[in-house]
Amino acid sequence: MDMKRDYYEDIRLLDSGPQVFWLAVLLAALAAFPLVADSYQIYTVNLIAIHVIVALGLNLLVGYTGQISLGHAGFFAIGAYATLALMLNAHLPFIVALPLAGFISAAFGFLLGLPALRLEGPYLAIATLGFGLTITQILGRLDVFGGHMGLQAPPLELFGLKVTSDAGRYAVIMPICVIMTWGLRNLTKTRVGRAFVAVRDSDIAAECIGVNLTYYKTLAFAVSAFFTGIGGGLMAFVLGFISPHTFNVMVSIMFLAMVVVGGLGSILGSVMGAVLITWLQLELARIGELPLVGPVLTELSNQVFTLSGLPNVQYVVFGLIMVLIIIFEPLGLYGFWIRTKIYWRTWPF
Amino acid sequence: MLGQLITSGIAIGATYALMALAMVIIYKTSEVLNFAQGDMAMLSAFVAYMCLSTYGLGFAMSFTLALAFAFALGAFLEFAFLRRAKEPNVLGLIIITLGLEMMLYGLASWRWGSDQKDFPFPVSDFDVYQLGGDVVISQLNLVTLGVACALMILLFVFFRYTKVGVAMKATQQNQQAARLMGIRVGRIMMLTWGMSSVVGACAAFLIASTDTLDPNLMWTPQLKGFSAAVLGGMTSLVGAVLGGFILGVVENLFGGYVSVEFKAVVAFAVIVLILCVKPSGLFAKHYVRKV
Repeated sequence: MDMKRDYYEDIRLLDSGPQVFWLAVLLAALAAFPLVADSYQIYTVNLIAIHVIVALGLNLLVGYTGQISLGHAGFFAIGAYATLALMLNAHLPFIVALPLAGFISAAFGFLLGLPALRLEGPYLAIATLGFGLTITQILGRLDVFGGHMGLQAPPLELFGLKVTSDAGRYAVIMPICVIMTWGLRNLTKTRVGRAFVAVRDSDIAAECIGVNLTYYKTLAFAVSAFFTGIGGGLMAFVLGFISPHTFNVMVSIMFLAMVVVGGLGSILGSVMGAVLITWLQLELARIGELPLVGPVLTELSNQVFTLSGLPNVQYVVFGLIMVLIIIFEPLGLYGFWIRTKIYWRTWPF
Repeated sequence: MLGQLITSGIAIGATYALMALAMVIIYKTSEVLNFAQGDMAMLSAFVAYMCLSTYGLGFAMSFTLALAFAFALGAFLEFAFLRRAKEPNVLGLIIITLGLEMMLYGLASWRWGSDQKDFPFPVSDFDVYQLGGDVVISQLNLVTLGVACALMILLFVFFRYTKVGVAMKATQQNQQAARLMGIRVGRIMMLTWGMSSVVGACAAFLIASTDTLDPNLMWTPQLKGFSAAVLGGMTSLVGAVLGGFILGVVENLFGGYVSVEFKAVVAFAVIVLILCVKPSGLFAKHYVRKV
């Protein structure tokens, strides 16, 4: 059923007719969404779309190339600050500033990729973690970037049209998200994508068959940083205001959680992970108001815990999800999806 | 000026060294980078605080109870979560410890809120001793220094001369072979996590007494402890302690002579620079992997 007979079948973007059909349905649904949803729902989906972009970028690095990064909040910050600084100080239009910010972020990714060439495992984790912390510390001290006070996003203007509503921002963000997902899918099907996977599986073996490690490892960092930078640039406009505290270590950990919960080395997984984690983040922040769970937890808080600390339950839930996913389904949500699909396809056997 | 900066750098370095020791104990046996270390220690400090202020127990009693709690917590986390992972890789284990870190942080800040509490401690930070010239060191710093050195020597002796310590080293080198030699690998791992948690808790008590106690207490010391451990090479106890001292001194000198603002960042710059030259840290052998 899934047998590939020639090379062109292997590099094709969409494998089958049903896939084309469902993709068309998804795109139509995404296009129709702002017409039926209210402002808060659109805001939620905007956040999700940005996190999808970042999760894709991080998954390229962690899932496809096998290099761990705990510093992606740094790239996120670089993207956001660079976009705003280019627009405020250099008076560039948004459509130029955003890709430029992406490339600035990619340059930093390249720089981080250089020491990463020699590091692995815990050493790489520490180096990237340090990078993320350093970037936000430095940004907080520079007056160009507003120091600890942060920066206000200028009004978003595209092709002479002012974008002020959530629906308007949706119209900017969602196409970018779709294009970048498409681009990543394309990338993973090419020689470059296969080289990344070869580096992940065994870097020494990859080098023996002619994959230039220096080139591909730094490239993976740069591409991943580009995606994250673009995500950061868009985030600045959704939030309307950024400060160094927007990009703390918890953000890096959440990005990693999205990738792991969704499924390493899978595009669909990144999307599912980003959707789930972002949605949970928004819902759990006001956990006391949720039906059923809310009153129980409030009562529990009064008895044993403190009521003021109740929002922190979200960390417990996230932690539990991360731990349980790794223990029971290392492939993440994508693994569930694959197993469900196989179950139905082979039913009743 | 220089003497004082170095002295207080060493004193700060001692707490980093303790955290680094805790990291190294776990890494030595199971090759897990434990991100939950800091919050395990933070929770133990809160238990000590609860014993002291809510139940009004004495210092000796409270700290003993809290250390016992720390041991039980470490052993429990290993038994309940780490051991359950199926064929885990490095990334998977890091994610599990990150998840545990978030759970512990969430529980602690749910239970105690985020307001800062004064942590009572028998030794004061304000009684100082003259060390010749105008260099002073506080009682608390001396105690910290003493605890770090004592624990290092104790652990060194433990790993070198006791049967359990040797079994731990064997487990790190080759789990399968260790199991075949009759070592209960699972039990060794639990013991390791318990020990490491106790060392971390000692660091947390000392840090909480200079600072105030809140759920974010151990995040920075943990990162510094990580950096110190990486600097020392992750597997060497002496390396971890020296790494802690080096980091403390470098940080303080940088703060004193160059810029206070970027003091927090310099540790990571040092790490990245040193890792570029020696990818396995200063004091560990670099093993080249076979394919």
